[in-house]
Amino acid sequence: MIYRENGQFKTSYRDDQQIFPIAQDRYLILALIAFAAIGVPLLASEYTFRAILTPLLILSLAALGLNVLVGYCGQISLGTGAFMAIGAYGAYNFFVRVPGMPLIAALLLGGGCATVVGVLFGIPSLRIKGLYLAVATLAAQFFTDWAFLRIKWFTNDSSSGSVSVAGLNVLGLPIETPVQKYLFCLAFVCVFGLLAKNLVRGNIGREWMAIRDMDVAASVIGIRPVYAKLTAFAVSSFIVGVAGGLWGFVHLGSWEPAAFSVDRSFQLLFMVIIGGLGSIAGSFFGAAFIVLLPIFLDAAPSWLGVPIDTALASHLTFMIFGALIVFFLIVEPHGIARLWATAREKLRLWPFPH
Amino acid sequence: MGFFLETLFGGLMAGMLYSLIALGFVLIYKASGVFNFAQGAMVLFAALAMARFAEWFPKWFGFDNKVAAVVLAFVGAMAVMVAVAWVIERLVLGKLVNQEGITLLMATLGISYFMDGFGQTLFGSDIYKIDIGMPKDPIFLFEKVFEGGVLVNKEDLYAALIAAALVACLSVFFQKTSTGRALRAVADDHQAAQSIGIPLRRIWVIVWSVAGFAALVAGMIWGSKLGVQFSLQQVALKALPVVILGGLTSVPGAIIGGLIIGVGEKLSEVYIGPMLGGGIEIWFAYVLALLVLLVRPQGLFGEKIIDRV
Repeated sequence: MIYRENGQFKTSYRDDQQIFPIAQDRYLILALIAFAAIGVPLLASEYTFRAILTPLLILSLAALGLNVLVGYCGQISLGTGAFMAIGAYGAYNFFVRVPGMPLIAALLLGGGCATVVGVLFGIPSLRIKGLYLAVATLAAQFFTDWAFLRIKWFTNDSSSGSVSVAGLNVLGLPIETPVQKYLFCLAFVCVFGLLAKNLVRGNIGREWMAIRDMDVAASVIGIRPVYAKLTAFAVSSFIVGVAGGLWGFVHLGSWEPAAFSVDRSFQLLFMVIIGGLGSIAGSFFGAAFIVLLPIFLDAAPSWLGVPIDTALASHLTFMIFGALIVFFLIVEPHGIARLWATAREKLRLWPFPH
Repeated sequence: MGFFLETLFGGLMAGMLYSLIALGFVLIYKASGVFNFAQGAMVLFAALAMARFAEWFPKWFGFDNKVAAVVLAFVGAMAVMVAVAWVIERLVLGKLVNQEGITLLMATLGISYFMDGFGQTLFGSDIYKIDIGMPKDPIFLFEKVFEGGVLVNKEDLYAALIAAALVACLSVFFQKTSTGRALRAVADDHQAAQSIGIPLRRIWVIVWSVAGFAALVAGMIWGSKLGVQFSLQQVALKALPVVILGGLTSVPGAIIGGLIIGVGEKLSEVYIGPMLGGGIEIWFAYVLALLVLLVRPQGLFGEKIIDRV
């Protein structure tokens, strides 16, 4: 009865084309952001920030970046971890080598490095398609794993590629406590979320989707595949690179190449697919599902009071995780975002049947 | 020269083992259009089953014959793999017919997680041995031609022979038996095959079982080389470039791709590696595959991809 657009008349194109045409959606999302920025810091514990909320935000950002590439442009990538690593190490190099480099600038420049490499590894996508491309992107993954381990210049001559940063601050405000870190990430996620949403509903986003749906047909109607695919790789790896920078700088503090291994790439692809391909909100749902599920599974036995030894528990976690993913794919192959959209459609009519 | 040949042989034999795993990928992709990321997990699962059965069977049935134990364990593990194939078809693939490739790929990743957990719950997660009586001592070839000869590991040689035999068996199975013909028909065109009365779901079970058999042989050989442990499933990641290099749809491609990657890896590690600081094996294979794909996007032997609007 409440969620309805009755009486909301649009008198200009501007009104008609806004991101959330229904007023209730707008209020809801504003309330959500306000709650995340003000309410959550008052309520959540330090552990929650460190172990759940900050990783969740950063991985949502990375999933968002991957969704641009996989969900909107249809180019499957298994090399996301690599671009995160490039973002993190790129930002690290700018941060350490350039004196007085501001944190945000370093992170964005790290994203820039990831963009360059992303476009480079995107070039094969002009010829290679589908699953062949997916496996080919693993080249990026293993190459960067190796490069950050072996090429000492990237890691400032540290052994085993592990680096650390300290004394983070933005315009003199320190980023040290979990709450500050959380708010910093939240700001990034909001800005990039808005950016991505506007990109995908604009001209370039339509080109991506045309390429995704049928690239030959798209090129016949005058969309340049080179431009569309490479911009998708560029935008995606930029966002993923920034997320990687945040993961290294803000979440981990000190890290080594293993933090961005191929498992991370798979994990992000899971998020995108479970959340919903081609949906901005889906990236967040997927990230929440994949981040929270293992934490929940770890904690569940002790809540139920069933004593299980740790090895068995970790195997069981694996099993349940795998089974749930398969279950989800069978029940709703289009992801949680589709469930959410269906629910909203239903809600608009509720309580009437038609 | 002797050293070069030694590296070359080493590469060829490693390549044969990659081909074994790549075969599993290709078989399933051809018959059901699924890119089976769970192949690595299947290798681990099969190897775990076999290693543990070889320990358990003599205790359960009270006999003490090593050969019998190994043979029975092999048969037991094969039965397990057939059961796995049946369950996967029933519970997963049958319900995901006509979904997009990427959804199926993710489903197999889910299966892979499940099998990792399940296998280790069932069979334990220590390092186990598979002892199929392969000789470990090295032999020297061409001693008359070069000074010192060429050192070849006998175990690798046997493994390569077993792999080659398996490949030959599979080729005969595919080309000469009626089941093999049905499999090829399904691979060519699902709907046409179904319309002339080939039971699609049974074919899928068979093809997953065959892939399970390939996984079992691969697991047995790798397991006896490295020991059966969790890291065994990582060999699947090494077989991926083999698959795309040879072409996803080609059985000979998997073999030749395996040999190329095996040789390329070893030679690059020895001759280019020191220049770059070593450890380049893992990405070299992928970059090699990538470069080949740039010239032939469907792999060396894959079917030409034709896009129609």
